[in-house]
Amino acid sequence: MRGIDFILKRTAFALITVFVAVTFNFVLFRALPGDAITNLSKVPGASPALRAELTKEFGLDKSKWEQYLVYLRQLATGNLGVSFSNQEPVTSVLFHAIGNTIPMVLMGTLFSIIFGTITGVLAAWKRRTVRGYGSVWLALGFYSLPTHFLGLMLLLLTAGYLPRGGRVDEFLFNPGLVAHWVDVGKHMLLPSLTLGLVLYGQYTLVVRSAMLETLGEDFVLTARAKGLPDRTIVLRHAFRNAMLPVITLIALSMGYIVAGSILIEKVFSWPGVGRLVSQSVDRRDWPVLQGTFLILTISVVFFNYVADLLYYEFDPRITT
Amino acid sequence: MSATLENEPGVETGSSAQRLRTAVWGILKDRPSAIAGAVMLAGFVLVAVFAPVLAPHGIHEIVGPPFSTPGAYPPLGLDDGGGDILSLLMWGARISLTVGFAASMVAILVGGTIGVAAGFFGGATDTILMRITDYFLAIPDVPLMIVVAAIWGPSLLHIVLVIGLLLWTSTARIVRAQVKSVRERVYVKRARALGAGNARIIFRHVLPQVAPLLVANTVLTIAVAIFDETALAFLGLSDPSKISWGKMIKNATESAAISAGAWWTIVPPGICVALVILACTLMGQALEDALNPRLRVAHLAARGFRLLPRTLRDDA
Repeated sequence: MRGIDFILKRTAFALITVFVAVTFNFVLFRALPGDAITNLSKVPGASPALRAELTKEFGLDKSKWEQYLVYLRQLATGNLGVSFSNQEPVTSVLFHAIGNTIPMVLMGTLFSIIFGTITGVLAAWKRRTVRGYGSVWLALGFYSLPTHFLGLMLLLLTAGYLPRGGRVDEFLFNPGLVAHWVDVGKHMLLPSLTLGLVLYGQYTLVVRSAMLETLGEDFVLTARAKGLPDRTIVLRHAFRNAMLPVITLIALSMGYIVAGSILIEKVFSWPGVGRLVSQSVDRRDWPVLQGTFLILTISVVFFNYVADLLYYEFDPRITT
Repeated sequence: MSATLENEPGVETGSSAQRLRTAVWGILKDRPSAIAGAVMLAGFVLVAVFAPVLAPHGIHEIVGPPFSTPGAYPPLGLDDGGGDILSLLMWGARISLTVGFAASMVAILVGGTIGVAAGFFGGATDTILMRITDYFLAIPDVPLMIVVAAIWGPSLLHIVLVIGLLLWTSTARIVRAQVKSVRERVYVKRARALGAGNARIIFRHVLPQVAPLLVANTVLTIAVAIFDETALAFLGLSDPSKISWGKMIKNATESAAISAGAWWTIVPPGICVALVILACTLMGQALEDALNPRLRVAHLAARGFRLLPRTLRDDA
């Protein structure tokens, strides 16, 4: 059967990728020469006894293979280790951060999908007109700006009107529920807008080329020969077909969203996953960095997997 | 013997470097945006090369009071340490462009080798190499760069290697597809029948055909590499002793330039990065479109049908 086969194949690929990522994560952090955990026992003036103690405590006296098995077993129970900087379990630190990141990223992504699609279709439809060129150049402009630079520019432009960073105003005394969420919304506006604008440029270009490609297909010629108005051809015939590759590309840009949110959250001190990455880099907090990297990889793999399935669902031509 | 081969229709004569130059130039000259990109990029490279002559001040020279505003004398103002922004931009161009070019060279070398090997040998080699490529494509590259750069420690060489070793995947896929089609062409089969070995076929017959596409890919990769350098610098993972555009942005944010309203410490390096990315994108996409065999007829073209190349990539 067409469906089962495809889903099995994709699921197997996703699972293997996650497994490779998990293993890679182990090798990266522990098996390299001069690795991070060994550095921990290099406290200045550490006695050999302390070193042995530390090595034993972190299980570094075991063979790499045994360490790997321990790592896998702990991972299976959701144990990602303990943060070096505040002794909290990495899992709870991560959950907290993810909860903050998702609304911010979601708002920015929605913004860019809606506006990117509109201008992308316009740019392809009105190609070789002022509007067409305008949309392309605007998109290219936003696409070229480094994410954190765009964020910093927005900060400079809105100085005095919008909060500069963080998620809530620390000095609001006992705000009501509405006041609290208005406050959060105000803080979220700039980070979301930055992500939205950067992605907007990318999506416009992607939608535009998908549309151009579809407009070159034979069925568009047929529709035109039938005497359908341009409007119907573009919106009813071409647009629906052009959306197929766009779904995949939006899912594939998850990696880009992740990268963007690391920079954006640093600019705006938004307490999410991205800030966790930059903080744990600054503090050399390896367990947190390792856990975050794992979660980011798994989520990117997951979204690619979902995109594959969606694509398959929407496009009956795919058989493998 | 080789003369008859080279005179086969469709195979141009002349040295391969010459052929590549004509091919690349032929594509660029009909596209104004590509020319604009090429001119911008060339301008930045020239400024970087001649920075010691052009820059009015040295990197560590203190020119005046911190955060002096732009005006007649320091044309772009001074940074938090009283350094001249214009001079720093010129010196920074050297590091930023070096990282961009070197990292994309690494990426092209790795991606090209894997792509050629997978496409040319096919079979199990192809399957294994493409699987590896798929896994690398699935792993988010910027976080991986951050992790590796953090573990290796900050240095220019590490940054180049980290960026280069993670950017090769798209090159490998594009090159593989192209090599696969070149491999099946008659003149390659004829060369093989005449006793040419794999090495000769790859270097004499396959690579020259793939080279223009590699150039297009290199140019696009430079843009990504420079963006990645800026990002890594912003996270404090670049070489602390080297000034790049990314480092300038980072320094400005750390020295409270935002709250001081000193926009001139951030805007110039940011604009420079954006212009280089724009230049590379314009140039690389024009090249890639022209080389992409799938030329399309746009049926909505208002007057009559004309051949329109897809002007922007669809396979990001």
